[in-house]
Amino acid sequence: MRVIGKRVRRIDAIEKAFGKAKFTNDLSFPRMLHAAVVYPGVAHGVLRSLDVSEALKAPGVVAIATYKNVPNNEMGIVTKDMHVLVPVGGKIRFEADPIAIIAAETREAAEEATSLVNFDVEELQPVLTIDEALRDDPIVNGERNVAFQRKIRRGDIEKGFQESDLILEMDFETGYQEHAYLEPQSIIALWDGDNLTIYGSMQCPFYVHNDVAEVLKLPLNRVTVIQMETGGGFGGKEDVPSYIAVKAALLSYLTKRPVKLVYNRDMDFRETSKRHPSKSHYKVGFTKDGKIKAVKAAVYLDMGAYSTLTPIVMYRSLTHAASAYDVENIFVDVYGVYTNKVPTGAFRGFGSPQVLFAMERVMDEAAKRLGMDPWEIRYKNALEIGKATATGHVLEESVGAKETLEIVREISDYERLKEEVRKFNEGNKYKKRGLGWAHTIYGVSLGAAGQPLDASSGEVHVKMDGTVLVMIGGTEMGQGAKTVMALIVSEILGVDVDNVRVMQPNTSIVQDSGPTVASRTTVFSGNAIRIAAERIRDNIIEYLKSKGVEDIKIENGYWIADGKEIPFSEIAREANAANVKLAEMGWFSTPKLNFDFETGTGEAYVSYTFSTQLSLVEVDLLTGKVELKEAWVSHDIGKVLNPVGAEGQVEGGVVQGMGYAISEEIKHDENGRMLTTNFNNYIVPTIRDIPRVHVKFAESPFSKGPFGAKGLGEPSLMSSPPSIANAVTDALGILINRLPITPEEVLLKL
Amino acid sequence: MIAIKISFKLNGKWVEADVEPYKRALDFLRDDMGMTSVKEGCSEGECGACTIIVNGRNVHSCLMLAVELDGKDVWTLEGIIESGETYISEAYADVGAVQCGFCTPGFIVSTKVLLDENPNPKEEDIKKALEGNICRCTGYARIIEAVKEAARRKRGDAS
Ligand code: FES
Ligand code: FES
Repeated sequence: MRVIGKRVRRIDAIEKAFGKAKFTNDLSFPRMLHAAVVYPGVAHGVLRSLDVSEALKAPGVVAIATYKNVPNNEMGIVTKDMHVLVPVGGKIRFEADPIAIIAAETREAAEEATSLVNFDVEELQPVLTIDEALRDDPIVNGERNVAFQRKIRRGDIEKGFQESDLILEMDFETGYQEHAYLEPQSIIALWDGDNLTIYGSMQCPFYVHNDVAEVLKLPLNRVTVIQMETGGGFGGKEDVPSYIAVKAALLSYLTKRPVKLVYNRDMDFRETSKRHPSKSHYKVGFTKDGKIKAVKAAVYLDMGAYSTLTPIVMYRSLTHAASAYDVENIFVDVYGVYTNKVPTGAFRGFGSPQVLFAMERVMDEAAKRLGMDPWEIRYKNALEIGKATATGHVLEESVGAKETLEIVREISDYERLKEEVRKFNEGNKYKKRGLGWAHTIYGVSLGAAGQPLDASSGEVHVKMDGTVLVMIGGTEMGQGAKTVMALIVSEILGVDVDNVRVMQPNTSIVQDSGPTVASRTTVFSGNAIRIAAERIRDNIIEYLKSKGVEDIKIENGYWIADGKEIPFSEIAREANAANVKLAEMGWFSTPKLNFDFETGTGEAYVSYTFSTQLSLVEVDLLTGKVELKEAWVSHDIGKVLNPVGAEGQVEGGVVQGMGYAISEEIKHDENGRMLTTNFNNYIVPTIRDIPRVHVKFAESPFSKGPFGAKGLGEPSLMSSPPSIANAVTDALGILINRLPITPEEVLLKL
Repeated sequence: MIAIKISFKLNGKWVEADVEPYKRALDFLRDDMGMTSVKEGCSEGECGACTIIVNGRNVHSCLMLAVELDGKDVWTLEGIIESGETYISEAYADVGAVQCGFCTPGFIVSTKVLLDENPNPKEEDIKKALEGNICRCTGYARIIEAVKEAARRKRGDAS
């Protein structure tokens, strides 16, 4: 192959590194207004009155929208349990539940006017933890605080425990994680009286498209959503941009002027989604030689004030609850619980990091009790072709699970490393080192719970000069989607990567392709583009044959017609002049999955990726500080299309997972107001904190992936937190069953 | 409100402007001067996305008022590129140090200040120079690599 699997430069790197890439806030339009949002600042209560008359008189203010101005004020992905703007008489369910939005000539004027909006709230007792929520007094939303449940019932759980020699019961807790994408949420909306155009930072233009049309009651063919360069997403720009876009769109609709709404970091922390805090109880049975016999788990996710994506997140917690192992008897309950805090939602891993952490901690404890090496117990239970996942999905292909374990063992020189750590600990009184393993699974794409969304479209247009324009519905948010698309087209058509331009998604050009989430873009957009490119290739071949060319080859990306090399630009010019069809659309969907939601069993995902991480940590016993020194990682993501991009994803994922494990923590005061709302007290890793990361891929090809690829966006994070927790446990000999492992936590335990 | 007249050198050229006394340098550069490579990530001096060079030092433009630019020599990534100094940006692109790209201009500006002072930085020098810049995507390993690569190219250019 010419470009697939080779080390190439990303196609958007120069534009970005030269400062030329346009993010939403870099755009402006004539007569554009700036918007601000009015928050109640109270976590739980009833909005008794709302008066905007004074704010309307403030200099520069052009319009203020309240619930009265929203054509359709009900919102929600799975259940309509939230408002665009809280109505008078309605409930405020978290401190940043928006009650009004202001459009003004300048951003300062809009922001200043927010303090002039008068309102009264009859305060209610806020519900701030999962335990408080379980008491159902008071109720946050709907009829019960425990609003959603999903389950797996497979095999015979009691029999599994009876056959076990060791039964472990453990409790786990995990905290929030804020995406901290560097570019805050940003949207510009332009309503011209007939058509609405939205520019924004987002992962899912088609969500924004549907939600804005629904709220403003507009037909979908009059709404266009264009994704701008997006400064990171990590799940935080899955559904949230819809909530931002409806605000900007409403103000534009009311004023008939362009409206820009750019969040500052404080708003972004308080109002937008996070990773779910969780509590879980695990009971796991093992035989004396380390084989898992039964897994029983109850997992509670704190979904905050509104359910948003939680019911779908829960599906992933459910299906990943037994991590990457072969278990026959399994009994899992996952619950979604309302509290009076920020709604939690999608975050890289989507409900799996919480349970993978728990299960991976159990594996280490079992190994310790059984006198086994933590690597060995994982290898013994690892999945293989012919074995079944937690939901009973029998794997038929592309299972590189054991290979990832073997690779990490080898590249880390594990036996020597153990010895080094032992020596270090002998020679150091106040610093202790530890090693920790994690081995995890990740279901590719949306799976059985998201099948209606699991199809994608893509268009390829070959221009007369041989340059190529590619249009996809999946978004580039930094993960490298555009480059992967360009590589696929380049490989199939024999055109230089530099001559392929991948456009930003535009909902009026590309058919609804579902969301850019769940590590699905390489497989879905990639296949759509592959199909389109192959059709164009075949059209050209057919034309050349009609001209009498007998032998046509595209070898290493070059066209060879009857032994003669022809540059693609020449072929394109000629084919175009001969009216050959050089524009094609590709459509990709996967065969339907067979899944029984009652028992939580069946084919959960189209394919799975596997990963293994070994972490070396050092803990300072005097300060309690945990440092990740080095990590060895292997992923089976199928064929690696873009090695530089893939390695970069893994390095970024390991470090983001490290932040989740040791430093990132959202705190609230006793009234439910968030205390950590910027990077001075919410600590994301800096260049000072990073480990050395060694990455090597296990490439077990997936027959339905483009060139055998699966996906990597999310799995890159998942093994990091549990391997760090296991390493800290190994270093200190104390059980780490709560994330994050902050210095206070460590000192307390010591 | 009375605007204040300032005059300063932006990317090598003297400019004059009337600015409101409360206006941040960040907003002035982006909105009035069109320097959109200067990004706003946190508004509180914590992320480095808004980094610019003032009199040879890298500063957070979100913490500076526009009036403070008066009389200064100010550079943004636009000017660095226009003046032909593209080697740092190219090194970032070549080694894979760019993902979403929102942090990238700030990192490149900080890198320029480092390399202008120290063409042969050690890993520790690089970390010190870039600790005020946050990147949420890359995990930093390739950023360190990019700075080393840029330093190599700079030294190569000079010799
Ligand atoms: S915006 Fe200035 S440091 Fe973050
Ligand atoms: S590349 Fe996205 S924040 Fe650095």
